[in-house]
Amino acid sequence: MTAGEPLIRWDWIASHGGVFVERGLQHIELTLIGVTVGFIIAFALSLLVLRYRRLEGPVTSITGTLYTIPSLALFALLVPYTGFTVLTAEIGLVSYTLLILIRNIVSGIRGVSPDVHEAAIGMGYTARQLLWRIELPLALAVIVAGIRIATVTTIGLVTVTALIGQGGFGALILSGMLTFFSTEIIAGAVLSVSLAIVADAMLVLLQQRLTPWVGAG
Amino acid sequence: MRLLLDALRWFIDPSHYQGSDAIQTRILEHVEMSGFAVLVAIALALPIGLILGHTGRLGFVAVSVANVGRALPSLALLALALIVVLPLGLGLGFWPTVLALIPLAVPPILTNAYVAVRNVDRDVVEAARGMGLGESDILRAIELPLALPLVIAGVRTAAVNVVATATLGAIVASGGLGRYIVDGFALQEYDRLFAGALLVAALAIVVEASLAAFEKAAVSPGIRHPGSAL
Repeated sequence: MTAGEPLIRWDWIASHGGVFVERGLQHIELTLIGVTVGFIIAFALSLLVLRYRRLEGPVTSITGTLYTIPSLALFALLVPYTGFTVLTAEIGLVSYTLLILIRNIVSGIRGVSPDVHEAAIGMGYTARQLLWRIELPLALAVIVAGIRIATVTTIGLVTVTALIGQGGFGALILSGMLTFFSTEIIAGAVLSVSLAIVADAMLVLLQQRLTPWVGAG
Repeated sequence: MRLLLDALRWFIDPSHYQGSDAIQTRILEHVEMSGFAVLVAIALALPIGLILGHTGRLGFVAVSVANVGRALPSLALLALALIVVLPLGLGLGFWPTVLALIPLAVPPILTNAYVAVRNVDRDVVEAARGMGLGESDILRAIELPLALPLVIAGVRTAAVNVVATATLGAIVASGGLGRYIVDGFALQEYDRLFAGALLVAALAIVVEASLAAFEKAAVSPGIRHPGSAL
């Protein structure tokens, strides 16, 4: 972008391996915390929605609204209270996973055939056994599909947290933008997309291991 | 609570309705950038999605475009657009932002259009063909009206994403509502930051709600909504 500067300076890339590892670990950590905490909250809310149907409307509209609010705006609303911290980043990241995860958990469990349901009740399963031994295993493929979407989305959103002092590979992208240094931008972008592809492939493998009776989604 | 009051005070300050940083100007800039990007994306993606859906070819491509699109971080798109635009001498602001927004909007529109046309009952299409309709007539008069709600759902996903990401454009010196947020961060003026965030959130929700209403209105009476593909 500066005159005479090549698009990629390979010597810069070669000498910054340590920075890439450090940023990568931060990116993975932010993503893992976000998706894990998001899943725990989404799982609890999904069970509530399945049990009390009238909660479905409010839960869907609240998580839908959270999902619609642009990430930068959400971070901006939080910063005056929680500062430029990991907590601010995670509140944002978690709230974006909820809609995706709840939708897949609920529709996965509702998709279990009524015949299977009936048979299990006929065999004397309690509600708790029915959930853990029948419904969840059968819904697992749909649930993991939701986790895949949530993970890939979160890896992308983590880059935006660079604006509140976090960011993983996003910190490279942002610093490259501010200094007009294309090498750093391309490195950050390629690494972030690669991380998303690898994470997605690992979740596909996990799903095939856990539910060998269905193909990959 | 105090911040909310500060933001309210910021909103009623008449000086925030004058000059180049006026609220109405920033809203207009935001809508301009987003609208332009979505229209270009529709012009690019809709014909391809509809034709692929009609012929049933390259389905794998049409669907994986959405997955690839999801993996592309918006911040990375903006940065890469900057690399493309600066050597062309188009300057900062509008062009790098719009150039980042277009590829963001293409995948959901293309994939939804493809899936929407594919979802149209093949018997209906066969019947139309039997009645002597040409292929382009089938697409225009049979498949498109039946596919319309799902097609609009794709545009809605794209538009909400675009409005959100246009905010980031402020990093590369574009106008729009992101200015208040980026400047608010830089100057540590939390009333401006908070007010900007509220405006962006409100705009995103308004766009989402109005396109959702449009989507509902586009359903022919008598068919149930098949649900979004994304």
